[in-house]
Amino acid sequence: MPKDDGIGASTKRREDVRFLTGNGKYTDDINLRGQSYVHFLRSDVAHGRITSIDTSAAEAMPGVLKVFTSADFASAGGIPCGWQVTDRFGQVMQEPKHPILAEGKVRHVGDPIAAVVAETYEQARDAAEAIEVDIEELEPVIDMKAALADGAPKVHDDLTSNLCYDWGFVEENKDAVNAAFESAAHVVSLELTNNRLVANPMEPRVAVGDYDPWGDSHTLYTTSQNPHVIRLLMGAFVLSIPEHKLRVVAPDVGGGFGSKIYHYAEEAFVTYAAKVLKRPVKWTSSRSEAFISDAHGRDHKTKIELALDADHNFTALRTETYANMGAYLSTFAPSIPTWLHGTLMAGNYKTPLIYVNVKAVFTNTVPVDAYRGAGRPEATFQIERLVDKAARELGVDPIELRRKNFIAPDQFPYQTPVAVVYDTGNYHATMDKMLELADYAGFEARRAESAKNGKLRGFGIAHYIEACGIAPSNLVGQLGARAGLYESASIRVNATGSISVYTGSHSHGQGHETTFAQVVADMIGIDANSIEIHHGDTSNTPMGMGTYGSRSLAVGGSAIVKATNKVIDKAKKIAAHLLEAAPEDIELKDGKFSVAGTDKSVDWSGVTLAAYVPHNYPLEDLEPGLEETAFYDPSNFTYPSGAYGCEIELDPETGKIDILRFIAADDFGNIVNPMIVEGQVHGGLAQGIGQALLENCVYDENGQLLSGSFMDYAMPRADDVRGFTVDHSCVTPCTHNPLGVKGCGEAGAIGSPPAVVNAAIDALHRAGHTHVTHIDMPLTPSRVWAAINS
Amino acid sequence: MHNFEFVKPSSVADAVAALANGEAQPLSGGQTLIPSMKARLNAPEVLVSLTGIAEMIGVSRDGGSLVVGAATTHATVARDAASHFPALAALAGQIGDPAVRTRGTLGGSLANNDPSACYPSAVLGTGATIVTNAREIAADDYFQGMFTTALEEGEIITAVRFPIPEKAAYAKFLQPASRFALTGVFVAKYASGVRVAVTGASEGGVFRWAEAEAALSSSFDADAIGRLSHPADEMIADLHGTSEYRAHLVRVMTQRAVRATM
Ligand SMILES: Cc1cc2nc3c(=O)[nH]c(=O)nc-3n(C[C@H](O)[C@H](O)[C@H](O)COP(=O)(O)OP(=O)(O)OC[C@H]3O[C@@H](n4cnc5c(N)ncnc54)[C@H](O)[C@@H]3O)c2cc1C
Repeated sequence: MPKDDGIGASTKRREDVRFLTGNGKYTDDINLRGQSYVHFLRSDVAHGRITSIDTSAAEAMPGVLKVFTSADFASAGGIPCGWQVTDRFGQVMQEPKHPILAEGKVRHVGDPIAAVVAETYEQARDAAEAIEVDIEELEPVIDMKAALADGAPKVHDDLTSNLCYDWGFVEENKDAVNAAFESAAHVVSLELTNNRLVANPMEPRVAVGDYDPWGDSHTLYTTSQNPHVIRLLMGAFVLSIPEHKLRVVAPDVGGGFGSKIYHYAEEAFVTYAAKVLKRPVKWTSSRSEAFISDAHGRDHKTKIELALDADHNFTALRTETYANMGAYLSTFAPSIPTWLHGTLMAGNYKTPLIYVNVKAVFTNTVPVDAYRGAGRPEATFQIERLVDKAARELGVDPIELRRKNFIAPDQFPYQTPVAVVYDTGNYHATMDKMLELADYAGFEARRAESAKNGKLRGFGIAHYIEACGIAPSNLVGQLGARAGLYESASIRVNATGSISVYTGSHSHGQGHETTFAQVVADMIGIDANSIEIHHGDTSNTPMGMGTYGSRSLAVGGSAIVKATNKVIDKAKKIAAHLLEAAPEDIELKDGKFSVAGTDKSVDWSGVTLAAYVPHNYPLEDLEPGLEETAFYDPSNFTYPSGAYGCEIELDPETGKIDILRFIAADDFGNIVNPMIVEGQVHGGLAQGIGQALLENCVYDENGQLLSGSFMDYAMPRADDVRGFTVDHSCVTPCTHNPLGVKGCGEAGAIGSPPAVVNAAIDALHRAGHTHVTHIDMPLTPSRVWAAINS
Repeated sequence: MHNFEFVKPSSVADAVAALANGEAQPLSGGQTLIPSMKARLNAPEVLVSLTGIAEMIGVSRDGGSLVVGAATTHATVARDAASHFPALAALAGQIGDPAVRTRGTLGGSLANNDPSACYPSAVLGTGATIVTNAREIAADDYFQGMFTTALEEGEIITAVRFPIPEKAAYAKFLQPASRFALTGVFVAKYASGVRVAVTGASEGGVFRWAEAEAALSSSFDADAIGRLSHPADEMIADLHGTSEYRAHLVRVMTQRAVRATM
């Protein structure tokens, strides 16, 4: 049995007490003396040339401090992109400038044109209405394929076309893949859309800039998943502020889902304006503004084909994908459809030959970047939809077709044809577990029951693989990353034995303050309540890379383990001195150091006190104090996997789909806090089901956002996402990190969309609607009804 | 939001007088008006609150009719109309969420006449009478297209008089995002015949489906309209459904309403 608060215990989340009682401290709760407010005037057209901006009337409005336009940022850099992709022909991607405020042109609805800073938010908004902007409207490019047509209007006049890159992976495999298709016994193909999504975290973005003229130093408070990354990008590339003069603080953050990874123009604006005005400047996004300024997610169009031999072994896979970048390159945008997508195209299968082609396209839409899963949901959706379709076309059981092609448990480590090496896994085990929990055997009886009520019941399966904790840094550097992907931790042991942990893994809903304390408590054997986790402030944590890609425990947790081990090593030396024994003979158990084979011992606080009050201490050999820092750079990704089963009822009269049960059998490796893992899976499932049934970010042909509020953008609600059974008892521990953990944050959002769609197609086929081979997400009642009646 | 003056009169006469001054607008539950002011789509100089006027609040029985004050909240109707006119109470109980139902009112909904709102279907589907400070308006004359009504500038709805049907029901198919009616149908059976009013579906706002009324008046049975189909022209087409889909839902939801009548 796990200890109450050690590894394996479902310790209640300590941070929830402050969140649930309204005592969280979010960026918008920060109000500085003399604070002013900015409102951004944003473009209401998708594409146009700014012919004039007259700010004089606005400048004369009550309370206005200054109206900024791009002219005020002549000396600043553009918002940088953190990843450079090299295309099939060895050319680097086209990388347009992304100015803080629009320069000469507006490129999407929401592109900021000017910014008014005033004494109050309402005054800033009033004055923004008085800015006179003349925009010569240009024809927008919205559809990706149209954007690549000859003579299409260009989003960026200085680029050769709207093509960011044309990526081939693995380019050397291309001919062999094509040859395998020539000789295939069966070829199955599918064209599909991965719908554009808006992350919509509960807390909209906020940024507060502050400038201290006496120290010539800046502080930015911002809703970020990775304050150090913001400090590096903004300081070095945009505003030329050295790190020691720039502090970035991301306090409590109310959800991010990827959308708060990136460095945004508004952050640079408030930082810069605070210095110009010698006043703190605050920006709080409205929900409507979030829809047109937060990076969106997904938005791929793909053709995927699978070749099989006569025995139904997968022999080759090839895809052609169009990936929307939007109008500018957001921080990690180019890496999502490439290195986070192409490398996952083997799925759980032994397919020996794979070729992935991705064309990234600029359009007059909001920039697109990572959103929970980032590239991996797109990969999984294609593979798992196609395998299901293959089973149907070949007339075989979709479960058996998967099993036949699964990488077998004895084949690990497994080198895929798309560069990555899976370290462990057991896909048959998760499949078995899911079918058992789903009572798959009883499905037919349940289906008959639904049929009596005129409902079509279906069961959909998906088996996913994902890659978490993107690494190692030297490899991702070769792939074009302009950053490292390690994580940092500092363990500061206090004199009386309590511990302050400083981690680069920011928490914005994940529960790090609880989980990380459990890890340290377990290693030392002390009460978790004597351990405090600090994150989110560049002034006290070592340079860290932040939270995304389900990396926090696998990478951040490993750094904490490493630093804790350093602490324990030193503490053992101190204990050895106190106990007059050799350090090798010292054992640490339950917070007590003892000499092996004796009853001599000293407890944890006795050692920590000696470290800070070193009266009886080996000063000639050992420094006083007990504080260690570690940086952990993983040797590989981790590879969670799982089997998902979705049981639905479909009303053929209206096309409405109800999820009755959703079973997730995941292999996350070792589990530190089962309750938190379950919560992470629930959240992921809600977002995946949201994508499959409800959420859709849609532009009209003029580039106006049709789904720009919750009246039209359908977020999942509690009654849309019921019936979850979450299991993580199938465990193949990660082989290369000290905790044997894999990451669980994104799995739900990765595995669920294909399970839902497969369930819908299953329901329709069982009812004889076999002409329906695919329906694009979201499967709205209207679309399902139209498919049935097509 | 722009600045505005706020007055809260306690009589209809005072409210009418307050509305005569400048750019004044009535405020009832504020569930539509306040968001549109926050979005700066609307900027009245004076808001005249109607929720302090006692005579405009409450549900009362008047012979064969149920009279609902225009400033009565959806939550109150859901509770107080239940024993008199359960279908109306059920409709009110399905509007929005508890917060919306606690503030939003019948009068506000009817004055706004959102093409996807629920109440217009009950008012038209019962042939109710809209009572204003100046006159009485028959439901058939009141709704004049989406967001358009017979109300004059400064005219206030004070109450609605619903003739209580023998049986009635409202069947609402939810728009997945807003959870307004993608298509909602109110069916009411009277000794004199059946009325069917459809909301959410048409570009022209709430409307009566005459063919279904005729069929159901001769045989009040869902199967009686099983073969009817409503034409798709002038049906709304948007992200959430094509015009063909909405036309199809008109029939399906009418049948479901008939089956659910109470
Ligand atoms: C989240 C949300 C969900 C909703 N869901 C639904 C739903 O599912 N179904 C549905 O039907 N509705 C729905 N609504 C609308 C809501 O039910 C209200 O009925 C509607 O907003 C208007 O009523 P109100 O009392 O809030 O009016 P207000 O917002 O106060 O006023 C609306 C308009 O009517 C005018 N007005 C108000 N009262 C009178 C009067 N007595 N005489 C003349 N003019 C008047 C005002 O000047 C204003 O122009 C929803 C609203 C929200 C915010």
